[in-house]
Amino acid sequence: MDITLPLLILVIPLFMFLLLGLTGMKMSHKLAGTLGTLGMGTVLVLSYITAFTYFFSGAPEFISQAGDRLQLTVFNVTWLQFSESLVIKLGFLLDPISAMMLIVIPTISFMVHLYSLGYMRDHHGVYEHGFQRFYAFLSLFSFSMLGLVVATNIFQMYIFWELVGASSYLLIGFYYKKPSAVSASKKAFIVTRFADLGFLIGILVLSYYTGTFDFMALTSAPVDGIANVSQVSITTAEGIRNIFETSAAPMFMGASVLTWALVLIFMGGMGKSAMMPLHIWLPDAMEGPTPVSALIHAATMVVAGVYLVARLFPLYLMQEAALDIIVVVGALTAFYAAMVACTQVDIKRVLAFSTISQIAFMMVSLGVARPEFHHGVGYMAGMFHLFTHAMFKALLFLCAGALIHAIGSNDYTAMHGLRKYMPITHITFLIGCLAIAGIIPFAGFFSKDEILTACFGNSTVWYIWMSVVAGLTAFYMFRLYYLIFWWKEHKVHNPEHAPHDQPWTMTLPLVLLAAVSCVAGFVPFGTLVTWNGEPMYAYEGFLTNLKHLDWSVASISLAVAVVAIIIATVMYKKENPLPAKMKNALPALWDWCYHRFYWDELYQFITHKIIFGCISRPIAWFDRHIIDGTMDGLAAVTNKASVAIKGLQSGKVQMYVWFYLAGALLLGAITAICLM
Amino acid sequence: MDISVIYYLVPSLIMFCCGVYGFVTRKNMIAMLISLELMLNSVDINFVVFNRYLFPGQLEGMFFTLFAIAIAAAETALAIAIIINIFRASKNIDVTDITKMKF
Amino acid sequence: MFSNILIYFVVIPLIMLAGLALCRNIRQIRAVAVTGSLALTALSVWLLLDYLALRAAGETAPMLYTGSWSWFGPLNINLSVGVDGISIAMLILSSIILLTGSFASWKIEPHTKDFFLWLILLSTGVFGFFISIDLFTMFMFYEVALIPMYLLIGVWGSGNKNYSAMKLTLMLMGGSAFLMLGLIGIYYHSAPDVELRTWNLLEIAQNGAISQNWQYFLFPMTFVGFGVLGAMFPFHTWSPDGHASAPTAVSMLHAGVLMKLGGYGCFRVAIYLMPQAAEDLAWIFLILTGISVVYGAFSACVQTDLKYINAYSSVSHCGLVLFAILMLNTTAMTGAIMQMLSHGLMTALFFALIGMIYGRTHTRDIRLMGGLMKIMPFLAVCYVIAGMASLGLPGLSGFVAEMTIFVGSFEAGMADYLAGEGSLRLVFTIIACCSIVITAVYILRVVGKLLLGPVYDEHHLTLTDATWWERTSTVVLIISVAAIGCFPNFFESLIKFTFSPQIFAVIGMNYK
Repeated sequence: MDITLPLLILVIPLFMFLLLGLTGMKMSHKLAGTLGTLGMGTVLVLSYITAFTYFFSGAPEFISQAGDRLQLTVFNVTWLQFSESLVIKLGFLLDPISAMMLIVIPTISFMVHLYSLGYMRDHHGVYEHGFQRFYAFLSLFSFSMLGLVVATNIFQMYIFWELVGASSYLLIGFYYKKPSAVSASKKAFIVTRFADLGFLIGILVLSYYTGTFDFMALTSAPVDGIANVSQVSITTAEGIRNIFETSAAPMFMGASVLTWALVLIFMGGMGKSAMMPLHIWLPDAMEGPTPVSALIHAATMVVAGVYLVARLFPLYLMQEAALDIIVVVGALTAFYAAMVACTQVDIKRVLAFSTISQIAFMMVSLGVARPEFHHGVGYMAGMFHLFTHAMFKALLFLCAGALIHAIGSNDYTAMHGLRKYMPITHITFLIGCLAIAGIIPFAGFFSKDEILTACFGNSTVWYIWMSVVAGLTAFYMFRLYYLIFWWKEHKVHNPEHAPHDQPWTMTLPLVLLAAVSCVAGFVPFGTLVTWNGEPMYAYEGFLTNLKHLDWSVASISLAVAVVAIIIATVMYKKENPLPAKMKNALPALWDWCYHRFYWDELYQFITHKIIFGCISRPIAWFDRHIIDGTMDGLAAVTNKASVAIKGLQSGKVQMYVWFYLAGALLLGAITAICLM
Repeated sequence: MDISVIYYLVPSLIMFCCGVYGFVTRKNMIAMLISLELMLNSVDINFVVFNRYLFPGQLEGMFFTLFAIAIAAAETALAIAIIINIFRASKNIDVTDITKMKF
Repeated sequence: MFSNILIYFVVIPLIMLAGLALCRNIRQIRAVAVTGSLALTALSVWLLLDYLALRAAGETAPMLYTGSWSWFGPLNINLSVGVDGISIAMLILSSIILLTGSFASWKIEPHTKDFFLWLILLSTGVFGFFISIDLFTMFMFYEVALIPMYLLIGVWGSGNKNYSAMKLTLMLMGGSAFLMLGLIGIYYHSAPDVELRTWNLLEIAQNGAISQNWQYFLFPMTFVGFGVLGAMFPFHTWSPDGHASAPTAVSMLHAGVLMKLGGYGCFRVAIYLMPQAAEDLAWIFLILTGISVVYGAFSACVQTDLKYINAYSSVSHCGLVLFAILMLNTTAMTGAIMQMLSHGLMTALFFALIGMIYGRTHTRDIRLMGGLMKIMPFLAVCYVIAGMASLGLPGLSGFVAEMTIFVGSFEAGMADYLAGEGSLRLVFTIIACCSIVITAVYILRVVGKLLLGPVYDEHHLTLTDATWWERTSTVVLIISVAAIGCFPNFFESLIKFTFSPQIFAVIGMNYK
């Protein structure tokens, strides 16, 4: 494949970042915004061309005779050479999941670029302070995220992993004069940094034993830069299994080194994807501008952890213990986040917890995937859900942005009954809610159904568990929907300033994303993205997905969602005392959910009381008083000793003569004695 | 009568001891300077005597003595100059009272 | 003698000194300082290119551009010079920092001329040290670099400057007492034959005549001697006080270059000449340097003075340099050299910025400042970039250096562990990896408190942003930091040859 397009996909956002970052402040706001959006638009077109070429051109470098999708390294440049085999390269890997991400990221990013043209100004059309900086950071983020998904080796992924972390830091802290934004950005960076420590050590362990960073070498058998993903289990995987199971690789604390490496790498994924217990940064990250939340903290960066596990999936398959850990972490997180989302007041927080919960769905889906069951349907379902979730969650966030922009508050208590005033926002938000709740034929239905099927294939327990979470999802989303758009009449103080739909730059992305959310479920993912490149079923026109639906599972999940929506309707459609009664019936549970199970307080305690109070401060004290004290003490002792003996230097010459005489006589005497 | 070396050394020793005694007991700087000269001169005598006694054909000791006398003269001049200055500054040349330059 | 290019690294500063002596006003002084340091930078860049060309042409001698002139025959003291990739990296670092330091002290008061005289004298010592391969002249230049520090801090410093200057000088002198002992010991065992005794590094390495027992004595002497300058725990306490009191340019030069003398010396003398002892005694120093890494980072988390934060962070980063050197494998050592370069540039940038901020707000206490991003955006953005470099953001220099160190150390640690030689290296590697998190904590804490948030002090609202000379200074440093971070393979290939198996064979070192 020609390298021009892939190269441009990476270079354009980087160039835009440098251009806007260095000269943006000299430009007019409008020019900077337009330039950024146009740049992203170009990337969008180029990525679509690349991804569609990959999926549909049928060229032999992309698809084998048997119809299996192949992995292809478009280019790979040496960046830093550690030793003969350990080389960090920067490259571009094209395979089903990276091609899928090449669609997701530029789409959402472009929508957000466009949307921000309207969002980042106030009602009088005055641009926000730092508007150009905002676009520069968006470009930096897009560059980093694209670099992450096309990484050819795990270290390239780590590099861009850090870069997305940094751009997320910069964007969360965009309103840098607000202390809460500053501390949220700090928290996000440090928590993910902590997770990255695990990722780094995992990489070190893995690369030490396998002697390579390269994904292809790790997960499949490359032939001339093109790999057949379906050969996974035959050659390389056997080699890796041998390395870890038969050779010198020891067991460490009861688990094999490979398990450790994979779990540590997953820890990195937990940090970025906000899995419990490293989820605490994501709700706070909502301090950033809402388009940023839509782009980074809903659609793209937070799924990096899922992407990482998917990327290394063949390795994880070798150690099912690691996959089991992923399932447990994912399932707990999904349930926890759904519970918390039911009680939050801030609409962005609800969406944040819903994001955590949905990402946990993807994790569970990857964790339960086994090739034995339906060609590894869990892997496909996880990726499918990643795709659909990106669309409808970005939509929901952008709707939330429109609401916040119109009302000037994040709190649903300031909204209520907005359906008449903001019809477009209302309809698109409803579509988003239907999609996430899993109502046929919206996007979420198909992907969630596949996930539940995969869970069912693994164990009934997980199936029931995840179905409950799916029901909770439908419930809290409709609770939010009713509380914003129904509940009671909106109080309008001044008819001239009544809330209204936003300008076209903001509504157009909403409409587009809503349209996508309606139809994305019909994308025949099973023919495009599978764990080993082999299509799960043949493409049979528009309704392929419906035909391959397992109706026994689908009808149950549909029923669960509908029941949950009905409950939400009963409770929240009209103002009534039922919610308050529920709350008072289980005050402790409500309290714990409302306070997010006190995780933040726990972390606060650990960092401030233990790390700062019990480690840093004592060390600083020890340094100043013990170590430095010792050095000062040495100086003081020298000084004291000098003072003590300085009296001997009396300056009285006659004293000296006495000493001299005594010494001379003594010497004389000694000499005399010796001579005798 | 052959005058043995001891006849020179004993007076020289007495002179030296007087000098030492004077130097350590007197507090007046001029007196100390005089005592110092006494010691110096006794050493000069020793030089000459040993030179004559041990190496009769050579003159190094003599020369050394001459140098020592010259240096002693210079040193005395310097010392007296210092003492005079000290006297001007503090109206006193008692060595125990001059403590201004002590540590 | 003057046909050897390396001599000019000492000659140019000497000419600068003479030129400064003739200067009559501040413009002339600036002109001399900037011209001279530009000349040095140009010279070092030319040397770099020429060196790479020579290596590409197949030159395999361990040191190039060697030359030797007798200085004191009876003791075989020569002025011997020669450089390899590491020395060249250090020469470039020194000249860049001298250049930016000159810009940073554009308005130094009072006694401008004397300040520059001492500063240039100091750099004469630094350059002399890096080009020497004769232990005696090396030591002499080392002392030349140390002494002016006393005056520079004592006269032009701030705060408790007399105490700091005295402390710094005395501690470093204490270190050099050990070092002197070590170097003389090496000289006495440098050759099997009395007549052949030499101070020349290469010859000593080739002779390999230092017996094992003597190595056990001399290795700790030299390592501690240089280690004091490299801020090794527990001999690092001069660093916070010294840096805090020093004027901007001196902090830059000291943290940026002088602390590197320590790491360079540890590698060039202690490990290069006594590989056996280095292998057997490494564990002691691994523990000490490993402690430095996390200890410095934790201490930095609760400091309130900007310079103290940076000084403790230097303890942590320089600890990582010595730590990596002690891993005794190619990758980690390459990482150590990259870390020296990276930390030198990055910390110089930090100190320059702190100096500029202090010059405006007259305080370095982060509790008394806030929201500077709004008031002085240029300086604030540069500070964020420096912080990002420090916490290891890819694309800036810290990342590549740290990653190279971690990969190398992990390799060494696993090799030890699998060979049943204990897990010390492994455990300390993982502990050192933890520093990336702690670094993030203290960097973001400072950025959050100092630059972001609401403006703390209303009086600060009237302050101005950077002037052109300040911009020059910071931009040059940022470009250097980014250059290393974006094109690490270039620097890696510069350093690599020094660690190639041939060289290891020449010095009889156990190549892993």
